[in-house]
Amino acid sequence: MGSAKQVDPAVAAEQFIIRDKVHEPMHDRFLWAVMQRRDREAAAIPEWEELREIASQIKEHTLTHLDRYLEEFEANATRRGAHVHWAVDAAGHNEAVHSILRDHGVTELIKSKSMLQEECGMTPYLEHRGVKVTESDLGERIQQLDHQPPSHIVFPAIHKTRQDVAQLFARTIGTDPNHDDPHFLTEEMRNNARPRFLAAGAGMTGGNFAIAETGTFVVCTNEGNADIGAAVPPLHIASIGIEKMIPRVEDMGVFLRLLARSAEGAPLTQYSSHFTGPRKGGELHIVLVDNGRSRRLGMLDFWHSLKCIRCGACMNTCPVYRRSGGLAYGATYSGPIGVILDPTFDEFKYSELPFHSSLCGSCSDVCPVKIDISDQILKWRRVMAQKGYLPFAKRVSFAVAGHVFGHPEEYHAVEKIAEPAVAHAPHFLLYNRSLNPWTRDRELPQLARQTFREWYLANRSTHAKPEHRS
Amino acid sequence: MATQTEATNPVPFSQGMKIGLFIPCYIDLIYPEVGIATLELLERFGLDVGFPLDQTCCGQPMSNSGDEVNAAAAERLFIENFKTYDYIVGPAGSCVKQVRCHFDKLEQTEDVRHVRQGTYELVEFLHDILKVDSFPWAEFQHPVALHNSCSSIRGLGIAKPSEIMGPAFDKTADLLSKVKGLVLVPVDRPDDCCGFGGTFCVTDEAVSARMGLDKAHDHIRHGAEYVVSPDMSCLMHQQGIARRAGLDLKYIHVAQVLNGGPF
Amino acid sequence: MQNPNTDRELILNAIRQNLPQQQVEHPAIPVFARPGRPLKPDFERNLQEAGGAAHDLKSPAEVQAKLEALHPGAKVVCSAVPEISGTRRAESVQDPHELADVDVGVVRAQFGVAESGAVWLTQEDLVVDGLAFLSQHLIVLLDPEQIVPDMHEAYRRVQLNETAYGCFMMGPSATADIEATLVHGAQGVRSLNVFFLPPV
Repeated sequence: MGSAKQVDPAVAAEQFIIRDKVHEPMHDRFLWAVMQRRDREAAAIPEWEELREIASQIKEHTLTHLDRYLEEFEANATRRGAHVHWAVDAAGHNEAVHSILRDHGVTELIKSKSMLQEECGMTPYLEHRGVKVTESDLGERIQQLDHQPPSHIVFPAIHKTRQDVAQLFARTIGTDPNHDDPHFLTEEMRNNARPRFLAAGAGMTGGNFAIAETGTFVVCTNEGNADIGAAVPPLHIASIGIEKMIPRVEDMGVFLRLLARSAEGAPLTQYSSHFTGPRKGGELHIVLVDNGRSRRLGMLDFWHSLKCIRCGACMNTCPVYRRSGGLAYGATYSGPIGVILDPTFDEFKYSELPFHSSLCGSCSDVCPVKIDISDQILKWRRVMAQKGYLPFAKRVSFAVAGHVFGHPEEYHAVEKIAEPAVAHAPHFLLYNRSLNPWTRDRELPQLARQTFREWYLANRSTHAKPEHRS
Repeated sequence: MATQTEATNPVPFSQGMKIGLFIPCYIDLIYPEVGIATLELLERFGLDVGFPLDQTCCGQPMSNSGDEVNAAAAERLFIENFKTYDYIVGPAGSCVKQVRCHFDKLEQTEDVRHVRQGTYELVEFLHDILKVDSFPWAEFQHPVALHNSCSSIRGLGIAKPSEIMGPAFDKTADLLSKVKGLVLVPVDRPDDCCGFGGTFCVTDEAVSARMGLDKAHDHIRHGAEYVVSPDMSCLMHQQGIARRAGLDLKYIHVAQVLNGGPF
Repeated sequence: MQNPNTDRELILNAIRQNLPQQQVEHPAIPVFARPGRPLKPDFERNLQEAGGAAHDLKSPAEVQAKLEALHPGAKVVCSAVPEISGTRRAESVQDPHELADVDVGVVRAQFGVAESGAVWLTQEDLVVDGLAFLSQHLIVLLDPEQIVPDMHEAYRRVQLNETAYGCFMMGPSATADIEATLVHGAQGVRSLNVFFLPPV
């Protein structure tokens, strides 16, 4: 992927907020409610924190032995009759999928949600080659019809109102634009999708987990759409990131207890489906995809991000994500996990993402596999600063401030001679050349007539520095 | 180094020890009353408190933006200023977190290790080290919304984050419960970030302001008159938002409440 | 000797070069303490929470009557269980597309999970996988003695080496993709009823 223009999430988030009085508050409210459900479900599991620790260790163990587990998975899946393919990058993945489809003469494909296929840009690739691709997850289908990427990895269209969807469906599948009841809209899409499931020559899925011990992969959905895609067309192709391995069947108990509770505050997704080799009368292909993952494994500060199980809890808890909408991140992965994953694909393009965070730390605490997301965001800031990607104004003012803060005599001199405009604001707010960002929605704090230091000199005259620690 | 929560000063506290008062730059300039309250409060317990006059800034604005190079001079100066004190106490969670957790790019000399381990946020110092059980001089007859900052909760561990499962605790609330007349009002989102976030509040102004406004509405909806926090930086932001929005909320530091002023 | 330039070898070699130095042991999963209360009420409550319902029935005749009461207009009832004959036998289905007109599918699950209200169904139980998804409604027979407390125990029961497809199903198909409003019957079955009945 080439270095395109930098994404500016702050500007895009502002657009989401000022768009109207409906979208941002709704988005925040829905995801906050998901978090409340998550907290209730987690609290009902006495061993919750222990499960997080075990899950984290299983993932770290697997990743530090990843070559072994991939080979074991491949051997077992092959033994059970699956065809296993490997793809170094997105292009390799897309070519592999296309070649399987071509060999089977497939021109219509029904797919369930897969962040990996999204990451690879698979749908446009196949459509340019004459394959009709239909997303079967309702939220993904909404986004596909609106020519937008998913804005959330679990709730792809969570940034849209029911009116948005009603109008979109009116434009694209001919429903009544004024009929915006979610039950009606869901039913309309069910009826629209059913013939596509029956006509499709292949079904595609992702994979949430791949079990080395048995060559099984597990797909979790609520709609059952992945299962229809796997059960009805004769050909099933699954795209699986190499980091999805887990060693044993037994490990699944830990992950499934954490996944849906973290993702949506439910004990499980409605369907947790286990595919081990092709179904009776069907054919199964598995494409194992690297696309930067093996390189990330070698990044000392960042390889823990490979533990991610894509639950989206960090997005739901993130106060910045909730006010920004996922599209503001301009990348496949949004929210806190996106902030630490996206720069591994393109450091320059996504160099602003690590700054789109208040570093509150909630993402690290909520993560079911204990990824140190917040610490990684700060470490990415360090990378961006070292690479010279900090915005110019910040760079220059930090250099000046860094010098002044290191020299108390200059600091106190600056305090005294500060211009009136400056004298109303604390120094660390002045890094931007203009004060506008602070004052647009806030009153400036007033500088005190007497600083604490001045008060201290006037009121604690006996002050003496101690020479040694006791 | 990963985020560290509990302070780990290996030197057990004793009454004759020297306490370094760490007054962050913005408190020095804008909220001197918070510095005064902190100093007076510590002095009430008979402590030997010194204020190094050469202190400037802990380096957080630069460090928090990933700019370790430009943060280094301020961080080194901080070590020089405070290395001779047994305990260092500051009324600001995020600045204490900066010292304890993010002075990790400096060479880890004995002085650096000592300062990092010995620097405490005021609430945890009162609660964990002094183990204060009463503030007989303090009285506060107002409904109060407590705002523990994210740095204090998730960085320093002064309260249980809502995301972590287990028995609830809140050291700030514990201390405030010992103040006569003070009533803490429950709020909907007690530990959702207010959107200050250091330089974030200007670089991501729209999101920051929205978070702050949501916070202020949460407080006022539950009948709070005062918002009290161990972190004045969050309050500076929230106060700016509330004033602009015309919301009648007053913002003070927990040290002012516990010391009985100055307000 | 593998060709070193295949994607497979490129990936595995890149991984080997980049493996973190840190060695982490595979942790043992402890047996977590469980309250000694009966599992069936938990199962029923969680199933209901997931949008399903459970019914205590005493005989195949009661099952037939309940099926008719729940789905009075059903024309095509496709059964994979001996207790219910249905209008079509699952064993007779040659191709899953034939299931497109099924109103009610009837299957038997191997066991249920109390902490979620999910049931475990394999390809052998479904006869044709599509039966659980193309049917408009699903009826699942379950022996009330076959309920495990949680997912740890559940995974001790599943035999992934013996089936190409197995699924924990927790209630009917659902979505909350439009304004977070819960709707059942997104793509798969619109309802899922569990009938408690030991096998004949």
